[in-house]
Amino acid sequence: MDDPIFSAHNLTKVYRSGEVEVFALRGVDLDLEQGEMAVLLGPSGSGKSTLLNIMGGLDRATSGTVHFRGQDITAFSERQLTRFRRDHIGFVFQFYNLIPSLTAWENVALVTEISPNPMAPEEALEMVGLKERMTHFPAQLSGGEQQRVAIARAIAKRPEVMLCDEPTGALDSKTGIIVLEALWRINEELKTTMAIITHNAGIRDIAHRVFTFRDGRIADAKVNERRAQPAEVSW
Amino acid sequence: MSVLDRKLLRDLFRLWAQVLAIALVMACGVATIILAIGAYRSLEETRSAFYDRYRFATVFSGLTRAPLQMKNELASISGVSGIELRIVKPVLLDMPGMAEPATGIAVSIPDHGEPAVNRLYLRSGRLPEPGRTGEIAVTEPFALAHRMVPGSRFDAIMNGRKRTLTVTGIVLSPEYIYAIGPGDMIPDQRRFGVFFMPRAALAGIFDMEGAFNDVALRAQRNADFSEIIDTLDAILGPYGGTGAHDRTDQISHTFLDEELAQLRAMAAVIPPVFLFVSAFLVNMILTRLIALEREQVGLMKAVGHGSAAIAWHYAKLTLVIALIGIVIGSIAGDWLGRGMTRLYAQFYSFPFLIFRQSLDLYAIAAIVSAVAALAGSMRSIWGVASLPPAIAMQPPTPTRYRNFFSEGAHHLTIFSQLTIMAFRHLVRWPVRTLLTAFGISLAVALLIMALFSFDSVAFMVDTVFFRTERQDATIAFANERSPRALHSVAAMPGVLRAEGFRATPVILRYGHRERRLTISGMMENPDLARMLDKALDPVEPAPVGLMISEWVAKLLHLQVGDIAEVELLERAHRKVAVPVSAIVESYIGLAVYMRADALDRVIGDGPQLSGVRVKVDSSRLDDLYKTIKETPAVAAIALQGLSRQRFRETIEKNITIMISVYTALAVIITFGVIYNSARIQFSERARELASLRVFGFTNGEVSSVLLIELGAIVLLAQPLGWLLGYLLSWSVVRGFESDLFRIPFIVERSTFAIASLVVLAVATVSALIVRRRIDRLDLVRVLKTRE
Repeated sequence: MDDPIFSAHNLTKVYRSGEVEVFALRGVDLDLEQGEMAVLLGPSGSGKSTLLNIMGGLDRATSGTVHFRGQDITAFSERQLTRFRRDHIGFVFQFYNLIPSLTAWENVALVTEISPNPMAPEEALEMVGLKERMTHFPAQLSGGEQQRVAIARAIAKRPEVMLCDEPTGALDSKTGIIVLEALWRINEELKTTMAIITHNAGIRDIAHRVFTFRDGRIADAKVNERRAQPAEVSW
Repeated sequence: MSVLDRKLLRDLFRLWAQVLAIALVMACGVATIILAIGAYRSLEETRSAFYDRYRFATVFSGLTRAPLQMKNELASISGVSGIELRIVKPVLLDMPGMAEPATGIAVSIPDHGEPAVNRLYLRSGRLPEPGRTGEIAVTEPFALAHRMVPGSRFDAIMNGRKRTLTVTGIVLSPEYIYAIGPGDMIPDQRRFGVFFMPRAALAGIFDMEGAFNDVALRAQRNADFSEIIDTLDAILGPYGGTGAHDRTDQISHTFLDEELAQLRAMAAVIPPVFLFVSAFLVNMILTRLIALEREQVGLMKAVGHGSAAIAWHYAKLTLVIALIGIVIGSIAGDWLGRGMTRLYAQFYSFPFLIFRQSLDLYAIAAIVSAVAALAGSMRSIWGVASLPPAIAMQPPTPTRYRNFFSEGAHHLTIFSQLTIMAFRHLVRWPVRTLLTAFGISLAVALLIMALFSFDSVAFMVDTVFFRTERQDATIAFANERSPRALHSVAAMPGVLRAEGFRATPVILRYGHRERRLTISGMMENPDLARMLDKALDPVEPAPVGLMISEWVAKLLHLQVGDIAEVELLERAHRKVAVPVSAIVESYIGLAVYMRADALDRVIGDGPQLSGVRVKVDSSRLDDLYKTIKETPAVAAIALQGLSRQRFRETIEKNITIMISVYTALAVIITFGVIYNSARIQFSERARELASLRVFGFTNGEVSSVLLIELGAIVLLAQPLGWLLGYLLSWSVVRGFESDLFRIPFIVERSTFAIASLVVLAVATVSALIVRRRIDRLDLVRVLKTRE
C-alpha cells in the first residue's frame, strides 16, 4: 500500500482561556489513504473539528505532528500554511462561506484564479449539477444549491484532499442527499481524498472508514465492507 | 446603573477608536463655531465699546484751510452732536537707530479739555500740555515698535524744519485701530505712527493759527447722514473741502469691517462641513452597530424593554459621542480663539481685546452639534425602535447584489474576483459610497482652500511689486511742485531712475454711481509704475481719457468709451467730463490713471508734480534716506522695497498658521471618514475575508479587497474635492473683494496635487491601521458562526 496522504501522530490541542485548560485533542493518531473517504463522527466538543482545522492548516497543534505527503505541516510558517491551503486543500463548511457579492461562477473562479491546475469553473459547477445557475448570486440560491456551489469551489482547484465540516448540517434530508451525491461522485471520479465531519450517524455508511471521536480521542475506527450509495442514507 | 447603561459604556470602550475619530470631527465643528463666532463677537463688541466710549466720529472731511470761526456754523448742522475742527498733517520722522525715515501723521487735540470726538485712551504717561513745545502723545503700536516710554524723544521734519519731540504719553485712538502707512499693504508699526499735539503748538508749526484742515463730527443716532455730508460739502467747498464721507471710507473702520465679514463667512462655511461629516459618521457607525446587535435588540424587546427605552439607549450612545466632541471642541475652540485674538492684537490696537467666552456661545455650539449627531442617528434609531422582536431575532435577509456585467460575460472580465468583490460592495451601497467620497472630498477642498492663498498671494505680490509698482520708494511732496522737482529728486544720492507723478483726489461719477478715489497722472513710457492690461502686459498710458481698473469699472458700471464725470475735490469741486479710454488690471485700492499731461489739462493749472517714484541703488540707500530727512519739501515717503518684504513676511506667517490649522482639520476629517469606513467595511466583511484566508489567499491579497474599495472611494473623492476646493477658493476670493484690495484667483496645479497627496497619505495610514486587523483574523471562529 502507498504511504498515507495525511498522517497525524499523537496530536494534542489545548485551549487556554484564563485559568482553564480545555483539552480538545488528547493524542490523536490518524492516517488518511489516497482516495479514501473518511467520516468523522462524534458529539460536539469531541475534537473532530479541531483535528480537521489542524489538518487543513487553519489551526496549530499544541503538540504532535501532521504529515502531508511526508512534510510536517505543524512546522510550517503562517505563509507556508497559506500556500498549503491554497494548493492542496478544498474546504466545505456547514454555512457554505460563499462570497455574497460574487455569482456562483465567480465564487468558483475566485479559487481557480489562484490555483496551479484548476478545472474551468463551469466544469466544476456542472459536476454538482448547477451549470444552469452559475450567474446567480448566493442570495438567489437555496441552501442546498449554495452548498453545492461551495463543493464546486472546493473541487475546482483539483485539491488532493477535501475537508468537509458538517456539509449537510444546515440542510434538510432531500437536499442533504443531493449534496452527499455530489461528494460521492467527486470521490469516485476524481479520487479526491475526503474527510467529512458529521453529526448524522446515517452518513457513516457511505464512507470507506468511520472514526468515532469521544473526549478528544478516537474511540473507535471501523472499515465499511460495503459503501452505501448516498440515496440509501437514512436521515 | 441600568443594564442598558452598562452595555452603553462597554460599547463605548469597545468602539473607542471609532468614537474618538467621530468625536474629533465633531470637535472641529464645535471649535470652529466657537472660534469664528467668538472672535467675531470679541472684535465687534470691543470695537463698538471703544467707538462709543471714545466717541468715534461718524462723518469726516478734509479741506485745505478754513477759519475756526466756522465752528458754530458747522456745529449747528442738523443732527450733529459733536464736532472737532482739527489740524492733520503728514510728517517725516527720523527715528533713532533707524536709517530709513518713518512717516507719521500729526493730529491736533484741543489745548484744554477732551476732544468732542475721537477721544484718546491714555495707556501711560500724560497728555501733552499746551504751553510746552514739542510735547506729544504717540499711538501705542508705534511706541512699542520703538520702545518708547514717556520721556522718549525723536526728531520730526515738520513743515520743512527738523524738530525734537518729547513723548509724554502713550495713547490709543478709535480712529487708528488699524493704522496703515502710505504705500503699505499691511501695517508696519515701525515705519508708521500717529501722534497728537495740542492745537496751539501744532498750529504754530504749520502756520495754521486760527485755522483747521480737517473735520470730524459725530452725528446723532437717527440723523440723516447724507444730508449732513451734503451740507458739510457745501460749506467746506470754498475752503478746498475734499468731500465729506462716513465711516465706510475710513480706512481703519473698513479694514475691521472686512475682518468681521470674513469671520462671518467662516462661521457660515466651515462648521457646517464638520457637522455634516460627523452626522454622516454617526449614521454609519450606528447603522452597523445596530445591524450587529439585531438579535440583542430582539432579545431585549422580547424580555420586555420598550421600543422607546431601546431607542433612547442608542440615542444616548450618539449623545455621548457628541458630548466628547463638544468637550474637546470647546477646549480647542477656546485655545484657538485666544490665539486668534493674540494675532488680532498685532494688527488692531484696542485698549483691551480679550477672547470673549460667553456661555451662550458654548451652549449654541453644543446644541448644534448634538442636533447634528442625532440627525445622523435618527434613521437607524427609528429603524431599531420600529423593529418587531420576532423579526429582530432572525438574521437579516442576505444582501442581494447585482451583476454589472452582462450575464455570461464573466469569461471576458479583466478584473480578478477580489476586485469584483470590492466594486460590487461599492455599488451595492451607492449612497454610502458617495457620502464617504464626499466626506473625503471636503478634506481635499479644505486643503485647497488653505493652500491656494499661497498661489494667489504669490501672484499678487509678483504682479503688484514686480510688474506694476516696481519702484523702491515713492516720495510725496507736501504741496504740488513744478516738474523741475523731478530733477532735484533724480539728483539725490543713489537714485537710478526717477518718474514724477501727479495725484489728485476726485469723485468719479457715472449715472447715479460714484466713488471717492485718486486719479494718478502717469508719465509717458513709465518703467517703474506701470499699468497692466487684463493679460498683465504693460500698456502705455493713453493720450486722453481715464484708464480705470476693472474693479472701478465694475463698481460704476463703466465701459471703454463711456463719459464719466470727474469732480475735482481740490479744485473747488469743479466737474469735468472725461471719457474712459481703457480698463486695466489692479488689485489694490480704486486705481484710476490718466497720462500726466491729460490730467494737467483736466485740472487746468499746468504741469505739476505730487511726488516722484524712484529706483534706488540699494548700497546707497542710507545716503538717500539722510538726504530725504533733510529735504523740507518731502511730506511722506513710501518704501515699496520694505513694504514688499514686510508684506511677504506677515502674509507668509499668517498663511502658514492658516494652512497648519486647515491641514489639521483636513487630516481629522480624512482620518475620521476613512478609519470609520474601513472599520465598518471590515466588520461587515470579516467573515468573507476570513473565508478568503481559508481558501489560501494571503493577508496581502485579502487586504486588497478592502484597500481597493477604500482606494476607489478616495480616488473618486479627488476630482470632487478639486471641484469643491476650486469653488470654495473662488468664494473666498469673492468674499475678500473690496475697495481696499482684491485677491487674484489663482490655483496652481501643485495645490491640487499637494491637497490630494496629504489626503492620500492620511488615507493610507488609516487603511493600514485597519489592515492590521486582517492579519489578526481568527479564521476558525469566523467559520463556525453564521452572519
